[in-house]
Amino acid sequence: MWKILRDLLRYNWEFTAGVILLAGVTIVALLSFVSPYPPLDVYVVAPDLPPSMEHWLGTTSRGQDVFWQLSVAIRNTLAFGIVVALISRVIALAVGLFAGYAGGPVDRLLMSVNDTFIVVPIFPILVLFYFVMRDQMSWGLLALVAACLGWAYDARLIRSIALSLKTREFTAQSAFSGMNAGEIVTREHLPYVMPVVFTTTMNNMNWSIGLEVTLSVLGFTDVNTPTIGGMIYWANQHAALVSGIWWWIAAPVALVIAVFVALFLLAVSMNEYIDPRSRLARMGGG
Amino acid sequence: MTVPLLELRSVGKTYAGGGLFSRRRVAAVKQVSFTLAAETPEVFAIIGESGSGKSSLARMVLGMSTASEGQVLFRGQDLAASRGRSARLDFMRQVQPIFQNPFEAFNPLTRVDRYLYATARNLTGAKNQSEAEAAADQALQQVGLSLTELRGRFPHELSGGQLQRAAIARALIPGPSLLVADEPVSMIDASLRMTIVNLFRELRDRLQVSILYITHDLATAYTISDRIVIMRQGEVVESGDARAVLAHPQHPYSIQLKNSVLSVEGAWNDDDDALAHGTTRSTEGTRP
Amino acid sequence: MGPILAVEGLKAYYQMRYFGTLREVRAVDDITLEIQRDEIYGLAGESSSGKSTLIKTIARAIRPPLNVVDGAVRFDFAGQGPRDIYTLSAPELAATRWRHLSYIMQGSMNVLNPVRRIRHSFVDFAFRHMSLPMPAFLRRVEEHLGHLSLRPDVLESFPHELSGGMRQRVTIALATVCRPDFIIADEPTTALDVVVQKGVLEMIRRLQREMGSSVLFVTHDMAVHANLTDRLGIMYAGRLVEEAPTRALFRQPLHPYTAHLIRSLPRIGDDTPRHGLEGRPPNLASPPPGCRFHPRCPLAMEVCQQTTPVMQELAPGHRVACHAAAQGILP
Repeated sequence: MWKILRDLLRYNWEFTAGVILLAGVTIVALLSFVSPYPPLDVYVVAPDLPPSMEHWLGTTSRGQDVFWQLSVAIRNTLAFGIVVALISRVIALAVGLFAGYAGGPVDRLLMSVNDTFIVVPIFPILVLFYFVMRDQMSWGLLALVAACLGWAYDARLIRSIALSLKTREFTAQSAFSGMNAGEIVTREHLPYVMPVVFTTTMNNMNWSIGLEVTLSVLGFTDVNTPTIGGMIYWANQHAALVSGIWWWIAAPVALVIAVFVALFLLAVSMNEYIDPRSRLARMGGG
Repeated sequence: MTVPLLELRSVGKTYAGGGLFSRRRVAAVKQVSFTLAAETPEVFAIIGESGSGKSSLARMVLGMSTASEGQVLFRGQDLAASRGRSARLDFMRQVQPIFQNPFEAFNPLTRVDRYLYATARNLTGAKNQSEAEAAADQALQQVGLSLTELRGRFPHELSGGQLQRAAIARALIPGPSLLVADEPVSMIDASLRMTIVNLFRELRDRLQVSILYITHDLATAYTISDRIVIMRQGEVVESGDARAVLAHPQHPYSIQLKNSVLSVEGAWNDDDDALAHGTTRSTEGTRP
Repeated sequence: MGPILAVEGLKAYYQMRYFGTLREVRAVDDITLEIQRDEIYGLAGESSSGKSTLIKTIARAIRPPLNVVDGAVRFDFAGQGPRDIYTLSAPELAATRWRHLSYIMQGSMNVLNPVRRIRHSFVDFAFRHMSLPMPAFLRRVEEHLGHLSLRPDVLESFPHELSGGMRQRVTIALATVCRPDFIIADEPTTALDVVVQKGVLEMIRRLQREMGSSVLFVTHDMAVHANLTDRLGIMYAGRLVEEAPTRALFRQPLHPYTAHLIRSLPRIGDDTPRHGLEGRPPNLASPPPGCRFHPRCPLAMEVCQQTTPVMQELAPGHRVACHAAAQGILP
């Protein structure tokens, strides 16, 4: 495993670039734990200061240091993306693998649910959720709702792989080795869908972070929790661009773009590496 | 009269055929009956070309699909009537499959020996890893391999012949009374093929296991089978003692099949010039 | 005129670079052979013997990671003088394909476009090589089909409407309608049922005799070689190990591997026991030193482990690469 990572870092520039970008973003996020200012307090520093040695990225009109605010915001945004991706992966894997393996009525039932989730418009539902929940609409609840809406497409992808795996001879061989459906799905079929899971994790994080930023910018989330979207929301509320406080907007936008690019590069390079055929070729079976 | 090991009573299998809007039913297997006795293990060959229904028949005998008509009885039990996981596990202790392509029958992403341990644990009640390994090694010895050669190996590290022997060893672990081998040597290289074919015969004698050998290859069927049936388009056209049927086939299709088999000797059994012109001459006879 | 095809010292390796380390699979390693006009040359070998790679290399149908490392493939079509196929320009190559050099593949569906009628496939592949107006071209195609006992209405069918045997006949008709000088046939009957296979082989034989073309026929099935080919080359682990007129080869194989292939064939009416060969074909990324067959060879001597045997002509037209055979030890 470590050897693979080392080889990837040495020979795959997309992977290296992605790792470096993501490491930079992660360091910024981790610095939030040693922040000199409490993240939720306002007017702790002089407002509207441009970037300087004292305040690297300037300060906001609300009297917060942009760098330290950004550090907390990216931590929350990344955590949001990871939680959504993990929950939705689990749902997508469970539905996709079992629908594909079971086939017949189970497959038809699961896929009709799945297709419903594919066609429902996600954004209006989230907005509706916000208006219904209002004050109870916390960060965690939003993550849960987004995860419940973000698995369907990938589940269909996983099911299509599971369907073809079901007809392979090794599936029958496993069944005649006395393995039950759960063992066959998790031990025989799961390794085949892992590449899909890895790349869709990156894509899903990109999707959910984008979703969170969009909702926050429009104010449809708990804006008191600092996130990237929340920062842009407050900057807009104070007409930051009009009054020339550009660093308040530029810093979060640049950082979230860095996250998008990093995740995209990782998805591309890992997909190439984890693809079973190229992996087999490397092991000498190709 | 004791209960036979395997009995097929007028077994038929139909599939929905044709296009999306067609109600046409395609019969893959029609009215097939035969019996394998429990007391005398034998290699029973089912011979047929593509579309003869031989693989559909194998799937029904393995309980992987159910007969549309008639009954498949294993030790007097109708396979369609036995349900539930414990009944299925009981069945697997008695009947095991061997598949066509050994490179497909083992998951290329996992180690080969894992299937042997899983079989030992699930079907023989091996309680821990060392018991499972002992059972696997014992079965591997039966096919001329050993666990030391196989431990931790991935499928691509073994030859087709070794893999197919490992697959046979896995099937032998629960001590089955019937092996269903569907084209087990068609993907094996010629230099390794006879090892597998001969192994079936040895296993019949040594372990008293019956083998349902499904193939399109008349020559290997002749070499190892006791009895054969020849199928064409889902129907049995001829059956009986392997040597008698293949040496003197009676049904026109069996005769045609036998005459179509190319042999090295057949290439020059007439005169000195037979090799160069033998095939040309027979063309003249068949040209419309 | 000289031979139609001369392969000299051909080496074609799969060269893959994984994270900085070069991995080389020597699928075709130093092969020299000649194919005469008006003969069927058989090529036999098991999986990973390199036979498919060899014919791909001969037809210049290779793509990276497969590269020609050394050697030459010289074709001499219609007495134009030998030319290395790897020195032809792209237009020259396109003009050569189908007109002089054609290909019959194992899966007929790879050639026939599944969504277009057979007629279109003939037009796509052969029309521009025939320099005939369209009605005359179609008449020629129908005539050719009739000659192969195919009814002209197959031209109006889709590939999936034909049986496997019919489709393979159509692809053979397609490959031969321009009367090419050289035909490469890659396992054309392996996927067919035995009854159909015999008819297709007879058809190939008859066409070859009539057109006077040369055929390079590849299959692992020794019985097919015995019935069809004039000369036969045996490949093992990327090398040619024996070559002889087919009949001489079957009568007295000189290489122990060939002898095993022939003697292990089961046959109806013969009860003498047949045995498989222990071991496995070597990994071509790291083949054993010396003779590549020595780990499995019943006649292996000390010299076999160290020195690679070279092809020697031990009888007229009978070449073999074996230390034992060179010393007169017969397998």
